[in-house]
Formats: sequence, structure tokens, C-alpha cells
Amino acid sequence: MAKLEPKDVRHIAKLARLSLSEEEVEKFSTELTSILDYLDNLQELDTDGVEPTAQVTGQHNSFREDALLPDEKIDPDALLECSPLPITEHQIQTPSAHGSS
Amino acid sequence: MSNTLTISSAHEKLRSKKISAVELVQSCIDRIESVDKDINAVVYKNFDAALQQAKKCDEEGVFDHPLTGIPYLTKDVFCEEGVPTTACSNMLRDKDYTPPFHSTTTKRLTDLGAISLGKANTDEFTMGASTETSCYGVTKNPWNLECVAGGSSGGPAAAVAADECLFALGTDTGGSIRQPASFCNCTGLRTTYGRTSRYGVMSMASSLDTIGPLAKNTEDLAIILEAIAGKDPKDGTSGNTPVPKYTDALTGNLKGMTIGLPKEYFIEGIEKDVEEGIRASVKVLEELGATIKEISLPHTQYAASTYYILCPSEVSSNMARYDGIRFGHTTEGINNLNDYYTAVRSEGFGAEVKRRILIGTYALSAGYFDAYYRKAQKVRTLITKDFEDAFASVDAIISPVGPNVSFKIGAHEGDPLAMYLEDVFTIPQVMAGIPALSVPCGFDSNNMPIGLQIMGPQWGEEVVLKVGDAYEKATQWNEKKPNL
Repeated sequence: MAKLEPKDVRHIAKLARLSLSEEEVEKFSTELTSILDYLDNLQELDTDGVEPTAQVTGQHNSFREDALLPDEKIDPDALLECSPLPITEHQIQTPSAHGSS
Repeated sequence: MSNTLTISSAHEKLRSKKISAVELVQSCIDRIESVDKDINAVVYKNFDAALQQAKKCDEEGVFDHPLTGIPYLTKDVFCEEGVPTTACSNMLRDKDYTPPFHSTTTKRLTDLGAISLGKANTDEFTMGASTETSCYGVTKNPWNLECVAGGSSGGPAAAVAADECLFALGTDTGGSIRQPASFCNCTGLRTTYGRTSRYGVMSMASSLDTIGPLAKNTEDLAIILEAIAGKDPKDGTSGNTPVPKYTDALTGNLKGMTIGLPKEYFIEGIEKDVEEGIRASVKVLEELGATIKEISLPHTQYAASTYYILCPSEVSSNMARYDGIRFGHTTEGINNLNDYYTAVRSEGFGAEVKRRILIGTYALSAGYFDAYYRKAQKVRTLITKDFEDAFASVDAIISPVGPNVSFKIGAHEGDPLAMYLEDVFTIPQVMAGIPALSVPCGFDSNNMPIGLQIMGPQWGEEVVLKVGDAYEKATQWNEKKPNL
């Protein structure tokens, strides 16, 4: 049975770009351990030789022309307008990737 | 009181000019204004635009299509051009996300002259079974305001049941249309995966998400599905299978049909009144000419575990787009991009979204991938094969929608696993990508609605709608209305 210790929760939270309070870490550690415990019932099943299913459409590659569809002409500025950050020269101005923490 | 009409009856009245589209839309608006403060199904009111559109319909005066002039609500995850769409999350509510484009489904409905009244409540990003994770608060059940309307499409289901609209659009990933429909005494259809386009609908788990209608009867579902189903070049996973005329399948006659009753859905812990409701439905279906056959779907008990690995894994990937750059919540005074992502996401997401992101990130992380994700994908194959084997000898399968009727608000607080297990009977179909319908089939001893689930083979919506329609006409449980 997998047990998610607080240090494991902190690690996966970091991978997922979430910062958790100490109370949240404790709470998720308990909750996720009990959820993972439930999920363990899959291990009783012998799945040797069973093909995994990623999707059920029966379709394989689905191609289309690399061009806008007639009703797809959205004004780029209208999309930029959705951003909560400042817009400079039709670009979103984000905090720096190299800025100090 | 035209808000109480079904689509087909409203259509007749619009066409014969007995009512106008403005009157019909106004009657829904009046109803929302009088009852929704108690129910909390509607989270954004787009009434001025709806009335304007209704006026235009009346001026044109052409009501050839059954959906022209018909008012509806969409779950708050369908993008509509110029209408705030927030997934009931603080992530998108902070600076109301207003998409500059339509989802394919709302575009098709708008082009036919159907009239959107606004947005209906959902669990945050559709993650939940009660709408309790919505940033706008819980939707209450019109049959008992102390109980949940179900979820995640609780707003759409409650709004239809309370006659706040003629129909609603929902999404169903693990039961999110069928369970609230059953809790509120309306009909709801989960479509075959790929039958309806997902374009412009906020994703939760992309290999499982489907969109579908909730309405007052099965005939209306058939009308809506005909309008929204079919290939969409903008959704590469939408299917090429031709769209039949679903209303033609509604013959009311089940002679010659074989319907399977899977023993694994009558487990310990199922509410007695629910089991009795389903057993009584079996008799009705037999009287309508169907042969009932006991069958086995042996991997049913593994479906919930499979789902709660695959769904959070896909969630952890889909939720990565919410980073405070292109849309949504932002935060001030942070100079480093990585810290900015972390702050925005930690502030914007609620507890259930964080929980699923964490489970998914764990299941997909190095060293655990084979034990969780790969294993679940293999079990998904076994569950799908259960249905393929069953449909070799039956035309449709029936079961309860859930093991219990609606529960009290707060009943599962602090117990996420108990909330997850609300979906045990609505998850197996999701794994196989098959269609399933929820129709009202009676009430428990506390006068809370019970739902009958009708499943069909992949692309077999005609079969489930045919069975649902015949059952409904014979029983009329769907015509019972809550006292509000």
C-alpha cells in the first residue's frame, strides 16, 4: 500500500506548480493515502498481455489542412484582451523567467 | 407559464403563433427571478441578449426548426462569444473570462435560433458530484432544498427540473449529466465519446469528456442531439459516423428487444427504494414487449479505481494551461515567472482541483507510471470488453444511475473518497465510451427522485432513446414536478 508522506505531497505539489500551506500538506497526505489505498484494488487483476486503451474512437491520425476554417477567424487582439497581464506591441508582458524569487 | 412546456410542445405553439418567442423567453426569465434565489442554478444571466434574440425570431416569424426560439441554459464551461464563462472557478472568475468565440455546440444552436439565457452552475471545472466545489456555492435540489442537485451538471439539471429553461447543455465525464438528472427528475444523455464536438468546451479529462443535453423528456433529447451531433473539423476526436434522425427511433414499441440487467449493479449498499424502483422498471419494460436477460459485467467493481487514476492524470495535464498568462486570475508583485505560475494556481484553484492535480501528477510521475496509469489503461480495455461481450447478446442494458438518491448538502464533507464513489454506476460506460441515458423512474420514501440508466452500444443513441422514450410514455414519472 502506497503512503503519501508530507514530503511526497510537497514534491508533487512543486512539480504541479502549487504551493500548499502546512495544513494543506497534512490534509492531502491523509486524503491521498486513503484514495491511493482504494485504487490499489486494480493490482488484484492480472493484466499481462492486455493492450492498454488510450482512446475509444477507433480513429487513428486525424488530419486537416493547416489553415483557418472559414468561421475560425478570431481577431488576435480579442484573444490578447483575455489576458490579465499588460499587452505591449500585441504581446503579453509576463514576469521574467530569470527574475529574482 | 410557457416555461413548463417541452421543446416539442413549445415548438407547435410558436409555429402556430399561439405564443411568441419573447413570451417564452420572458416566462423563463420570470421563473428564474422567482425561484433561483433558493436553488442557485443560474450563475450568469444573459437576459437582455436573450430577449433581443427572441424579438428577432418573432420578427422573422419562421419557426421551421424545432429549436428556433427555444430558451436554454449552458453549463458554465461552454464558451459563448462575448458571454463570461468561468467554469465556476476563482481561476476564471477573478477577471471574468469572456471568450471571443463560440463552442461548436452553442454555435450550432445559435445558428438554428435557439436562445441562450446564460450560464448554469457546475462543480469547479466539472470536478465533483454535488456542485459543492463551485465558487458560486452549491445548487440546491428543487425537490428538497437541503439536498444537493448532484453534479457536476447540477445547475443544468436543477434548472430544467424547476422549469427555469426548456433544456440545458451539460458535460459528462464520469456521470456529470446522468447523476444530477436522476437527482432532480429530468432526463439526461451522455453521448458516445466523439458523437458531439468538444470544441470550445473547457476540458477536464480529454479521453473521457462528452457533451450532451438535459431536458424534460426523451423526445426533446432526441431533437437536441440531432442538432448538435456529428463530425466537427475543429475536434479531431469527433466521429464520422452518420447522424441518424433520432426522433424516428421513438416508436414506443420494444417488441423483439432484449435488455440486459447486470448483476454487478445490485450490490450491497444500494438503497432499498432505488433497487425497488429499478425492479419495478423491469416489469414496465417487459410489458412494453422487451425480454429481460440477466447478464454479467465482471469488471464493474474496478471501474471507479480506473477512473480515479485516468481522470486526475488527464486533469493534471489539462489544468496546466491555467497559469495566469493568457486568461484568468493574476497576482501582483511577483518578478519571477515560476513563482508567478505557482502563486496564480495556488490562489485560483479550489481544493478538489488541487487534489486531482496532485493525484494525477503522482500517478504520472517517474516510477509510478506503470503501476497506476498504464495499469488503469489496461483495465479500461477489460471494462470495454465486458460491454462488447454483453452487447453481442442484448440490445440495451439497464441499471440504477446511482446507488442512492440525492444526499444532504455537506454529507461528504472531508471525505473525498465517499464523493468519488457517488459515480460507481456511471463510470463503467465512460471507460467504454458508450452512450447512456438517465430517465426518471420513481421516488423514494422521502419523495426524492430515482433514475433509471439505459446504456447502448457505441454510437447506439437511437437504442437508448427508443427505450427511454417508451418507458417514459408508459410511466410519466418525468412529468412530476417539485413544489417550489
